Amino acid sequence: MGVEIRVEGLTKRFGRQTIWQDVSLTLPAGEISVLLGPSGTGKSVFLKTLVGLLKPEAGHIWIGDRDLTRLPEADLYETRKLFGVLFQDGALFGSMSLFDNIAFPLREHTKKKEGVIKNIVMEKMELVGLLGAEAKLPGEISGGMRKRAGLARALVLDPEIILCDEPDSGLDPVRTAYLNQLIVDLNARIGATFLIVTHDINSARTVPDHIGLLFQRHLAMFGPREMLLSSDEPVVRQFLNARKHGPIGMSEEKDLSELEAEAKMGHDPGRLPPIPPQLMPSDGRARLAQAAPGAWLKANGIQAPPGSFIDDAGVNWTEEWPRYVAAQQQPVAAPPGGGPQ
Amino acid sequence: MTDPTRREGEVKRRTRGGGTLRPVGDGFVNIAVKEPGRFFALCLDTFRAMFKLPFQWREFIQQAWFIVGVTVIPTALVAIPFGAVLALQVGGLIRQFGAQSFTGSASVVAIVREASPIVTALLIAGAAGSAMCADLGSRKIREEIDAMEVLGINPLHRLVVPRMLACAFVALFLNGLVSVVGISGGYVFNVMLQGGTPGAYIASFNAIAQLPDLYQAEVKAFIFGITAGLVAAYKGLNAKGGPKGVGDAVNQTVVITFMLLFLENFLLSVVYSLLIPQKGM
Repeated sequence: MGVEIRVEGLTKRFGRQTIWQDVSLTLPAGEISVLLGPSGTGKSVFLKTLVGLLKPEAGHIWIGDRDLTRLPEADLYETRKLFGVLFQDGALFGSMSLFDNIAFPLREHTKKKEGVIKNIVMEKMELVGLLGAEAKLPGEISGGMRKRAGLARALVLDPEIILCDEPDSGLDPVRTAYLNQLIVDLNARIGATFLIVTHDINSARTVPDHIGLLFQRHLAMFGPREMLLSSDEPVVRQFLNARKHGPIGMSEEKDLSELEAEAKMGHDPGRLPPIPPQLMPSDGRARLAQAAPGAWLKANGIQAPPGSFIDDAGVNWTEEWPRYVAAQQQPVAAPPGGGPQ
Repeated sequence: MTDPTRREGEVKRRTRGGGTLRPVGDGFVNIAVKEPGRFFALCLDTFRAMFKLPFQWREFIQQAWFIVGVTVIPTALVAIPFGAVLALQVGGLIRQFGAQSFTGSASVVAIVREASPIVTALLIAGAAGSAMCADLGSRKIREEIDAMEVLGINPLHRLVVPRMLACAFVALFLNGLVSVVGISGGYVFNVMLQGGTPGAYIASFNAIAQLPDLYQAEVKAFIFGITAGLVAAYKGLNAKGGPKGVGDAVNQTVVITFMLLFLENFLLSVVYSLLIPQKGM
């Protein structure tokens, strides 16, 4: 089961340049969160700070009862074993084959026999669809394969927390869809806490339970998916709907004159598009942490935009959900085999 | 017409007063205090990591083999002319004094005591250090180092310590190689080309030179190896800004290592000459 991460008042500066300040959020245990933001707002920096690769200037990162920003080095290395991190380009070791790359954490941290290691590595490679490419070097495979291999390596120590730095950058839409499905399935199977940094709107709208948005050196908003997707906050609305109209300009933020001109033009921000249903695990179960569609909206008395929660097949998930949950109650009553633990 | 130009000049002067000097000051503090500070921090961390178990034998042997590969042939090729030039210069002078029987001793002293540490330093800094820095630097910008840290592995222990020790270990042998090749080169020049006698060359080997000369040369070589390894690690692990950053880091590694090694060589020579009484002087 995943671990909760609490971030309190985190501030990061490089020299005199503030990257972001006073970021506070809680990544709930076992749920999928997405961190969004325009390019150059320090999303990757945030991810690196979260694993202790960069020291924040102020604030705390609580992982369980340990404050990552105050840990002595030995404990820091120990705590990092809870993490699996997928870097932007996979960050595979260029001198090792894919098999050795994925086996590396096992060989370094465990005293497992080669045979056992082989089984584990093969299982993870099958999970990410890389069987048959064990002997290849990272330089010989495509970017998408490198990413999947990086994910397999991140998974090999059964981490409690999985951080992904732009898993979908540079991937074609089909591969992105597969990768998103893989993330959802993984969360359903191992129940780890996920944080995905991305600016792919489609993934951000359908995959996570929670969404956060970094803008103008601070966390503009963090909350349940439905809260952000139904938000009227200009930045959130602009970003999540990929519009030109709003406070985000070509160069980070628009200046006052641009905003005034826009206000005079009287652009209508348009209706909110419908909220898409969340991506479901492919084995037909609901994830443990998954909330019912529309639950947050109902609890807060907000009307969902028309057409929400209806998938491509025309199924309305607000109606389908109770049936779906009821259907999976039966197999869970029997001893679950390889299901969520 | 004159008004705007004057105002421009004023603006320039005003900015020069406060703002312009600031980067210069920052740069100076950076070079004089921060960089050496970070370098020593890395040295301390590396020495701490050195005593952590398990020792990475595999990496050590691979790296030692790699360093041997990039240094042996250039070292031998540099050592031959070194010995030859020494024999040539000293031989002529010594013949004028009528002391041909001491040509061998002159070669040995010059090569074993001074030339071989210098040649070792050149090759360790130029070939081994640059290769090591390029390797670590490219790993750094590909985020491999970050990935390793996230996997809970200390890159200083896993990568830097074996490289540094391999560098020092190979330097010991390079120093021996330079001595042997240099003295052989001197022999060929002195005996075959300048008409010296083989007996005189070999018999005078230990007329001035003594065993501690060799020991101090080996100590120097070991320290050079450690220094080159540390500088390469420091620059490599702090490379940033893509492939160009790696290139810059390699360049700086070579320059800094050269300067440090020549400084160390000088200091160690002074200490040696103070501590060990010289023969025949």
